[in-house]
Amino acid sequence: MNPVANNSRSWQPDDTDREDLLRELRRCLAADSVLSDPEALAPYECDGLSVYRRLPLAVVLPETVEQVQAIMRLCARLKVPVVARGAGTGLSGGALPLADGVLLSLAKFTRVLEINPLERWARVEPGVRNIVISESVAEHGLYYAPDPSSQIACSIGGNVAENSGGVHCLKYGLTVHNILALGIITAEGEYLRIGGLAPNNPGYDLLALFTGSEGMLGIIVDVTVKLLPKPEYAQVLLAGFPSLGAAGTAVGRIIAEGIIPAGLEMMDNAATRAAEDFIHAGYPVDAAAILLCELDGVEAEVTAQTDKVRGILEGCGADHLQTAIDEAERMRLWAGRKAAFPAVGRISPDYYCMDGTIPRRHLAVVLEKISRLAEEYSLPVVNVFHAGDGNLHPLILFDANREGELAQAEALGGQILEVCVEMGGTITGEHGVGIEKLNQMCVQFPEPELRQFHAVKAAFDADGLLNPGKAVPTLHRCAEFGAMHIHHGKLPFPELERF
Amino acid sequence: MMSDTDTLSALQQQVREAFESTSPLAITGSGSKSFLGVPGKGTPLSTSDHCGVVSYEPEELVLTARAGTPLDELEMLLTEKRQMLAFEPPRFGRGATLGGTIACGLSGPRAPYCGTARDFVLGTRILNGRGEYLRFGGEVMKNVAGYDVSRLMTGAFGTLGVLMEISLKVLPVPECELTLILDASASEAIDRMNRWAGLPIPLSATCHTDEQLYLRLSGPEAAVAEARKRIGGDNMEEGKSDFWAALREHTPGFFNGPESLWRISLPSATPPLPLSGEWLTEWGGAQRWLRSDEDSSRICETIAKNGGHTLRFRAGAKAPEAGPPRLSGPLLALHRRLKQAFDPAGILNPGRLFPES
Ligand SMILES: Cc1cc2nc3c(=O)[nH]c(=O)nc-3n(C[C@H](O)[C@H](O)[C@H](O)COP(=O)(O)OP(=O)(O)OC[C@H]3O[C@@H](n4cnc5c(N)ncnc54)[C@H](O)[C@@H]3O)c2cc1C
Repeated sequence: MNPVANNSRSWQPDDTDREDLLRELRRCLAADSVLSDPEALAPYECDGLSVYRRLPLAVVLPETVEQVQAIMRLCARLKVPVVARGAGTGLSGGALPLADGVLLSLAKFTRVLEINPLERWARVEPGVRNIVISESVAEHGLYYAPDPSSQIACSIGGNVAENSGGVHCLKYGLTVHNILALGIITAEGEYLRIGGLAPNNPGYDLLALFTGSEGMLGIIVDVTVKLLPKPEYAQVLLAGFPSLGAAGTAVGRIIAEGIIPAGLEMMDNAATRAAEDFIHAGYPVDAAAILLCELDGVEAEVTAQTDKVRGILEGCGADHLQTAIDEAERMRLWAGRKAAFPAVGRISPDYYCMDGTIPRRHLAVVLEKISRLAEEYSLPVVNVFHAGDGNLHPLILFDANREGELAQAEALGGQILEVCVEMGGTITGEHGVGIEKLNQMCVQFPEPELRQFHAVKAAFDADGLLNPGKAVPTLHRCAEFGAMHIHHGKLPFPELERF
Repeated sequence: MMSDTDTLSALQQQVREAFESTSPLAITGSGSKSFLGVPGKGTPLSTSDHCGVVSYEPEELVLTARAGTPLDELEMLLTEKRQMLAFEPPRFGRGATLGGTIACGLSGPRAPYCGTARDFVLGTRILNGRGEYLRFGGEVMKNVAGYDVSRLMTGAFGTLGVLMEISLKVLPVPECELTLILDASASEAIDRMNRWAGLPIPLSATCHTDEQLYLRLSGPEAAVAEARKRIGGDNMEEGKSDFWAALREHTPGFFNGPESLWRISLPSATPPLPLSGEWLTEWGGAQRWLRSDEDSSRICETIAKNGGHTLRFRAGAKAPEAGPPRLSGPLLALHRRLKQAFDPAGILNPGRLFPES
């Protein structure tokens, strides 16, 4: 059995096929829920990684599970590729349409279906925005813990598909730790329920396999999330350090002391300045790095831990140390961090966000290597960092209107990710591989692992119709990448239109 | 002295030969959990000599060890740094290995509050059914490159690959821990376990048996003290705190009897169910143990009707049928295809988790 060969497709439509497909789609759902004029398609041409754009053949906006099933059955019969889309905030091009494919938007699935405060779960449709879940259960003193910075916009279906994290995932875990069950429509249009409200589900942990699978294994049509009691009290400390190394050491010390902060975030000087100029959070703009450390729990516990952390920060050489005096100040200190990306957007025409993870102890070395690479490419890099769990977000500043700079930025980004792999880390902590990091997958995984991934995909989707070409590179692509790897500055996707 | 030997090449050789000759392998660690599920058939393949800690970085909260490393050794090492395996894996026998623990995916009393085994698995190295040595995940907390094969291995009973090395997230030992005992009927206990779990109280284990509710609190001293005031009840005597270790290992009297022992998994607030036998409820109401000679299909049907599922954990003296198959329909078909994807010749613990044909 050659699982890779199974992924081959045979949908090479001519105009009649396209018309036929549109007609049949319009039989599955209301006519105004099938879009096909270029103008109507335009909003769907890209996700949050807008350097890659492409129009699909059609966008469908189903509103019932039965409609999703009908679409999938039709596409399976005609072998039409399908790309799922949540809110389109993904940063790796995972929801980029395929030219002759169908883009299936879950945007109309916005109902909270059931809340069980006693058992602490909620069942919601996939298009529900992340923050809406916490808002809907707040009256019960509960919340949904994973809080990506995009939480006001991104959908829970997209969160599951990417295994998204947030600033609180050090203590409360990623999406995979906070969901109980999924309803899935398979590539053939069958409904499967995986996971469940009871623990110890029989068979394989398909819930884990599905989380972070980037729309490659099935369409998520309902999500049951765990809810946690809201902490009674939270406090945040802000520390400024004279060097990145000292800030990194402080992170390790806090954790070695047995404290797991609710959040532990770092920004370098450039990121701190950009955020301060934008939000006026009160950050020390001369510090080489700042740390934000949030502690939560009952008040007495938080007070005791705050003292302990303060001591550790001082011991590691913090020369600016501040504890939020009230909730307003705590929110302001976080606002600077949460707005770090848009803040960087103000200081550069464009920026490109990387997402590598490294073992934390190598932080200083990795940042040093990044700054050397940045010099080599003559592009500034600003660092925002989920320090507690080693997830780096270097932001590469560039100007897409300058000839060749985008290509340079992409090449630099690729090199940064390769440094992460070399240091024992990974090319993506939470944004996914999508279309963006296919080449770096070739660096992180040898051929047998990639073949194994393709075999897993084929077990769910023998015809390779779900989001084909994303997340896992073909072996052929890796061979080509290996051959051209030495040439800096080549566009990874010359065939795609860029702005 | 810690054990430390690498038998990769011998094991790889054995799997390759088995693949070529399509002869089944029965993967074993120390054999402590061989009573679970369907017995393995095939030539034994023992991972117990493939042992030793590969790396341990307390500041990163990450530990990597070979599959044959005894859990007791790991726990000793962790205790020195005041850290722990937070899913409190049961041993069920001397010499239980890390590989067997992850392959069976069992977790102890802390699981509903901290996470189960799979929540702590960061990476694995495995031999698939072709004898290829593969690495998935890694030693970092956040990693979404490729499918999450490492978590998929957890609880797969070796049917998808021979676990060779495992990287785990570890956690600090809580500063303070104490157990409270309250009088409560089963239904009162289930209600309280659920209500308290919805409040910011540092619960770390719950159990109801013999009309008593046991609650363990763990965390910083101040948090435990405050919760203790809120809940009331009596403190468990010092030194009796190994109550939870005994529960985890099924050593209390409850677990020993001539009847079959059923593990019943339910939505946590399900009221007590009318099945005759002795009940013990833990995991906030979500995992219950029933010692009973009642007809197995009646047990399984009753539980299924309540949105749960069952596993006959240990067969009783009368050993009734184990109950209907746990997987069926399209889900079973998908399991078979996944098994094929990892083990095309069907040589790794065939039939151990579900009937493969
Ligand atoms: C400003 C900004 C800040 C961000 N901050 C964070 C952060 O802190 N942490 C973080 O993890 N991410 C962050 N992200 C990235 C992004 O928000 C997340 O990846 C998010 O989970 C994507 O959700 P979405 O609904 O927008 O999905 P989309 O972008 O629409 O889709 C993402 C992927 O999921 C698939 N998909 C979507 N819905 C389904 C479904 N129902 N069934 C199957 N597959 C589906 C798509 O095919 C695609 O591959 C940020 C993005 C932005 C723009």
